[in-house]
Amino acid sequence: MKLAYLLIILYALAFAAPFVNLYLRKYSGWILAALPILVFGYLLSQVPAVSAGTVYAEEYAWIPQLNVNLRFQLDGLSLLFAMLITGIGGLILIYAGYYMRSYEKTGRFFSYLIFFMASMLGLVLSTNLIGLFVFWELTSVSSFLLIGFKHEKPEARDAALQALLITGLGGLALLAGFVLMSIPYGTFELTVMIANPDLLTGHRLFIPALILILAGAFTKSAIFPFHFWLPGAMQAPSPVSAFLHSATMVKAGVFLLARLNPLMDGSEIWFYSLSVFGATTMFVGAWLSIAQTDIKKILAYTTVSAMGTLVLLIGTNTTYSMNAFLIFLLVHAFYKATLFMMAGNIEKKTGTREIEQLGNLRAYMPIATGIMLLALLSMSGLPPMLGFIGKELIYEAKVNAPGAAPFILAMGFLANTFMVFVSIRLALDIFWGKEVRFTQKPFEPDISLLTGPAILVLISLFLGLFPDIIEKSVVTSALRAISPDTEPVDLKIWHGFNLVLLLSAITILTGVMLYLYKTKTIAFARMVNLRYFRTRFSKRFFDFIGLFLHLTKKKTAFVQHGYHRFYLMTIFIATSVLVWYMIAKVPFTHIQLESLRTVPLFYIAVAALIIMSAIATLTAQSRLIAFISIGLVSFGISVIFITFSGVDLAITMIMVETLMVILGAMVVYHLPKYLNYSGKSSRVRDAMIALAFGSFMTVLVIKTGAAPPQDKVSDFFSLNSYPLAHGKNIVNVILVDFRALDTMGEITVLAIAAIGIYALLKVKLKPGE
Amino acid sequence: MLTLLAVIIGFLYASSIYMFLRRSIVKLVLGIVFLSHATNLLLFVTGGLRSGEPAFTAEDGTVDLAAVSDPLPQALILTAIVIGLGITAFSLVLVYRFHQETGTVDLDEMAEQDKP
Repeated sequence: MKLAYLLIILYALAFAAPFVNLYLRKYSGWILAALPILVFGYLLSQVPAVSAGTVYAEEYAWIPQLNVNLRFQLDGLSLLFAMLITGIGGLILIYAGYYMRSYEKTGRFFSYLIFFMASMLGLVLSTNLIGLFVFWELTSVSSFLLIGFKHEKPEARDAALQALLITGLGGLALLAGFVLMSIPYGTFELTVMIANPDLLTGHRLFIPALILILAGAFTKSAIFPFHFWLPGAMQAPSPVSAFLHSATMVKAGVFLLARLNPLMDGSEIWFYSLSVFGATTMFVGAWLSIAQTDIKKILAYTTVSAMGTLVLLIGTNTTYSMNAFLIFLLVHAFYKATLFMMAGNIEKKTGTREIEQLGNLRAYMPIATGIMLLALLSMSGLPPMLGFIGKELIYEAKVNAPGAAPFILAMGFLANTFMVFVSIRLALDIFWGKEVRFTQKPFEPDISLLTGPAILVLISLFLGLFPDIIEKSVVTSALRAISPDTEPVDLKIWHGFNLVLLLSAITILTGVMLYLYKTKTIAFARMVNLRYFRTRFSKRFFDFIGLFLHLTKKKTAFVQHGYHRFYLMTIFIATSVLVWYMIAKVPFTHIQLESLRTVPLFYIAVAALIIMSAIATLTAQSRLIAFISIGLVSFGISVIFITFSGVDLAITMIMVETLMVILGAMVVYHLPKYLNYSGKSSRVRDAMIALAFGSFMTVLVIKTGAAPPQDKVSDFFSLNSYPLAHGKNIVNVILVDFRALDTMGEITVLAIAAIGIYALLKVKLKPGE
Repeated sequence: MLTLLAVIIGFLYASSIYMFLRRSIVKLVLGIVFLSHATNLLLFVTGGLRSGEPAFTAEDGTVDLAAVSDPLPQALILTAIVIGLGITAFSLVLVYRFHQETGTVDLDEMAEQDKP
């Protein structure tokens, strides 16, 4: 089966979803989940072949002239991600089918969600950077629609806009980075680049490209300092949060970094920037989760922390870190999807997500309690869950990290401690603790709401007990794709007593200690946040957007002022400057200005007549004088025409101008009074602009006169005037014979003007119109 | 002679631009007249300046290319003169009607009325 078909199927499903939902409302979640799960099954069946080393690839020409093609590739890495996307996506659809019942427009919701899933799948399968970018942007757009789904709430709109702008700006940076990357290779094909990484890392465009790509990946994966959009995105309904945080969206950035790792891992900057940003985000996310009280917000900050961990692991680039990256990716996807779905369940059944308003839920929903506890065990890295193996590997990787090991280890230890604390808090404060007064009596969530979470925790538990299954099936082949030299490590749940186990034990003990003094811990965290983390990134962001809009309005008011003459002035000044610049650049050669003395006095008199009449027009204080003096200009021009053989021109001009003067004299007293609106200074300014423009026209005329045209089309008209058209006046022959259609057009223009004038004079508007 | 004509053309363009930059809409119309005059002369000059050699054939219909002026720019100008008449007449009437309806000829006032 072609990979493109998988995408087409899912996109088609996205468009069919509203209809399915319309007719089979009750079961729509289960029905819509069928296709993604079938796709997942197909992908699962490819695991043996891919882990044996097969790479499926197919290419479709898109814009071959620009080396832009759609190329899809199924290797270890894309298979792993594709299975997460379709598998978790399918389970979330089942969950959403029930969860979204109380909402309106659920058909649209399913459509967005499946569209999002398909785009994410396209992203992980693409190896042509342009194709990858297009899917990348599609995920941004569809996540915008999903986060803002409850668009009647202003917070949801703001959160959606924030996510769109941040990931959108990152996307633009990414595109620029991709273009820079393609320059050394002349292609956008990633596999070609990976075959020869030195060409890029040695190129002078490498650093700019790297910065732009990191900007794209970091914004998408909510890496500090772009982490703030992710907690905002919890405005989305819970199924969206579960999907966004576990298998899609934030994982896109991490995926890209993993994909590019074989291309970049020779570079020191890659190593340092990923390590520093990753470690910082890991710590900041975990720290900020302590003081939160909203379950979804707590979970959102732990996602930020997890993303930081993943980025850090790619950057560390050792055998352990690469293995840990893949395992933790799975661990996190499993427990985070579960926890978000459960958070949705709790909200649905109790009407609140505030930890302080919850307690003793174990009595009402025992199954849900069990599922949630297993997921929290995985999050805090306790056996027998897969999370334990993941955390052990991460510690192993950090202990063995080259360079900054102590710093990274300290950050990691703190982050993990906070994670343990948060996990205990989520477990004990919600499911145990004292009974609270619920606004509605909670009960066990329905089967559709529990299926997805249950399957995911059971997988996590199963894989934790038999970890070598993952190693054989996906880790080995994924490692080939992201770091070909790295060997898979043996995954075991029991490593014996060693430094890492000791670290784990201390982490858990410290976490428990923090919980025992939880009021103090939380108070301390709030105090520190108040004092040192006052900067509300999200608010700053909106302030910036507001400032930008304000400046844009000002700029528009400045440029689009609505004053006719200033628009013209801008054009004239710009033209004058540009033309004068060109004139100054091209040297004046072989042009000799004639002396005025060689010109007969008669011509000088005509020139003086024209110029003085023009001046009279410009300075006239009455309409009549203005019309008469501009008529004089015309007659002066007619004299020039007739002296230089323009016989017909002179005749026409005299006739037309006579008409003009008569017309002018007739309407002149119906015209408004001739007023001077502008002051002296603006007249001087306008005169300067006008002279700058007129003078370059003079120079251009002199330059043109110095180089008469060579092949003149007029010769054809002259020679054929009599033989072809039997006319002796060549100008007339051109007008009525050779270019008769032009003349026809001219007559039409006159006719239209005449009709227009008639209409203007005759049609009177009714008052008030 | 070309230099003298070039100065005239330049001055006519300058007059046209100056009139375009006035606030009175009547002056704007005069600017259009100046612009068409200047452009007509510009076209005329590009055909080359010849005295006493109008673009006529000899009696038998033959043409001595060296002895006739360029007919094409003249044909173009002829068209332009007539069209210029149409434009000027139309804009004059437009200004007249505009004044009748709005009671102003100040372009700045138009801009202010246009603002929300």
